[in-house]
Amino acid sequence: MSVTDTSPTAAGETSAPLLEISNLAKHFEMRAGALKLTRLVLKAVDDVSFSLQRGETLCLVGESGCGKSTVGKLILRLMEPSAGAIRIDGDDVTHAGGAALRQFRRRVQMIFQDPFASLNPHLNAGTIVGEPLENYNLYNARERREQVAALFARVGLRPEAAAKFPFEFSGGQRQRIGIARALALSPDLIVADEPVSALDVSVQAQVLNLLVDLRDQLGLAYLFISHDLGVVEHIAHRVAVMYLGRIVEIGDKRTIFSRAQHPYTQALIAAAPVADPRVKRDAIVIEGDVPSPLDPPKGCAFHTRCPFAFARCSQETPLLTRRGDGHLAACHLDMP
Amino acid sequence: MTEVPVLEAGEELAATPRRLVRPWRFIRRNPSLVAGGVILAIFAILALAAPWLPGDPLTMKPSNRLLPPGGAFPLGTDSLGRDVMARVIHGARVSLFVGFSVAIMSVAAGLAIGLVAGAVRPTDTPLMRLMDALMAIPAILLAIALISLTQASVTTVIIAITIPEIPRVVRLVRSVVLSVREQPYIEAAIAGGARMPKIILRHILPSTIPALIVQATYICASAILVEATLSFLGAGAPPEIPSWGNMIASSRLYLARAPWTIFCPGLALALVVLAVNLLGDGLRDRLDPRLARRM
Repeated sequence: MSVTDTSPTAAGETSAPLLEISNLAKHFEMRAGALKLTRLVLKAVDDVSFSLQRGETLCLVGESGCGKSTVGKLILRLMEPSAGAIRIDGDDVTHAGGAALRQFRRRVQMIFQDPFASLNPHLNAGTIVGEPLENYNLYNARERREQVAALFARVGLRPEAAAKFPFEFSGGQRQRIGIARALALSPDLIVADEPVSALDVSVQAQVLNLLVDLRDQLGLAYLFISHDLGVVEHIAHRVAVMYLGRIVEIGDKRTIFSRAQHPYTQALIAAAPVADPRVKRDAIVIEGDVPSPLDPPKGCAFHTRCPFAFARCSQETPLLTRRGDGHLAACHLDMP
Repeated sequence: MTEVPVLEAGEELAATPRRLVRPWRFIRRNPSLVAGGVILAIFAILALAAPWLPGDPLTMKPSNRLLPPGGAFPLGTDSLGRDVMARVIHGARVSLFVGFSVAIMSVAAGLAIGLVAGAVRPTDTPLMRLMDALMAIPAILLAIALISLTQASVTTVIIAITIPEIPRVVRLVRSVVLSVREQPYIEAAIAGGARMPKIILRHILPSTIPALIVQATYICASAILVEATLSFLGAGAPPEIPSWGNMIASSRLYLARAPWTIFCPGLALALVVLAVNLLGDGLRDRLDPRLARRM
């Protein structure tokens, strides 16, 4: 197996996982009614657990509003989790503050969805990319400029572009600046929150290939948040499917795309367009909208839209159970 | 490994040479900015040069009292035989000094408080309630109270006008901070390890500047007017200082006999306030097109 092989066993399967998330939850409390006496709890993320090895790419997929971006922000500690634990190399950083949090942030960086809003319009590209180095007092000013130039080259931008301001770049170029910023601190893990969904299709492929190349060159792990299964199929090692704040199925890419167990996953895959008009598919069609996360259905959250739902589904919440090697699904159907 | 194609940043932009700013074009596009700037510049130059200009604002000569404009006194003399032109020019010193001081001080204080209130959550409510309280104090009442406690001086006037202006700046800055704080580039800065002071100073502060510059001009104009009002009421600059408000107050008895004694400082006051407001409008249109459309 070559080093650049994109299988999940590419790096350190036996060691402790790079990132381990257990029972992570984020609940927002809201008050409703004229006197604000009714307390509502919005469970944006509930009981999410997974782990990520070095060099591995886990894709988090789901409809908008299912909590996938919230998971990313919780991991970055841009939001405080309500419950659960985040461990990096076995160290618990769930409630880390001060110096420990700063050290953690050196290792985990983020690429944002919106290449326009994620770059400060008042700063030039070189300052934006060099800022993380400045924050950690790495290198002196001259070395920093050299580092920034190297980062620009790494993401396919001319080093001279460092003097330009964000509005002078196209969307794809801006996203490259965002990627260079995320690489500045040589992180182990990058949380990429829909990094290509705001880009033109032609540019999407370029940026996606850049991300794959960087992963292979630098041994990066990605938590790749996306709703585009075509993109996911291209970059993922493993896939986790989220529905209303919970993971409903997780497994390696081939298993998910060929032997999905959860009807929601099957429907998502069936809904993704295939670039061959002759392909005939027995599509599972799900109807209706995602239920309100303020008032999720009892039992399995998906039972209101599931074509296979039966009595048990509306009463008992299915737990993630093992369906094969590293393959878990939360569904009452076909339970062993 | 596929080779990463090198993209030229802003290639199409580089093709068009940077447009030369031609003066006439600038004037045509920014008439209020230019008009306000020119009028204000004339007054500012006169005010700065006042000590070296001929004419003494304080020398009284009863034999020259209430002379009409012309001859040795281009704008005539007042009831005590003082040179109205020299007094108007020296009055500009007082008005502009008060206007600029109040603008700078209230913006500086308001900026600091507004940044803290907007960026540091727990301080928001106490600070804003305090600002509401300050905002309820009318400048003129505060000035009269301060002057009856201490003594009439330009400093007292500046303090009295500055205090009620601060909350307006605080509200403006806070609202900008609250909207900028939600921008993804702030999250990106936090994720990149930036500490709070840096986030405030580098990522939030620059967004407040355009609105602040515009607000500062309006504060300056209103401060000039309030100072004149206070002087007119006898609660402002001491009577020996030739301020426009003092001139109008002491000349009001001679309105019918010597209209120039009240008309000249009045016109100067109106022109300066108009100029500062024009400048503010022009700056607003140039610096903050979004705000310009909304107002």
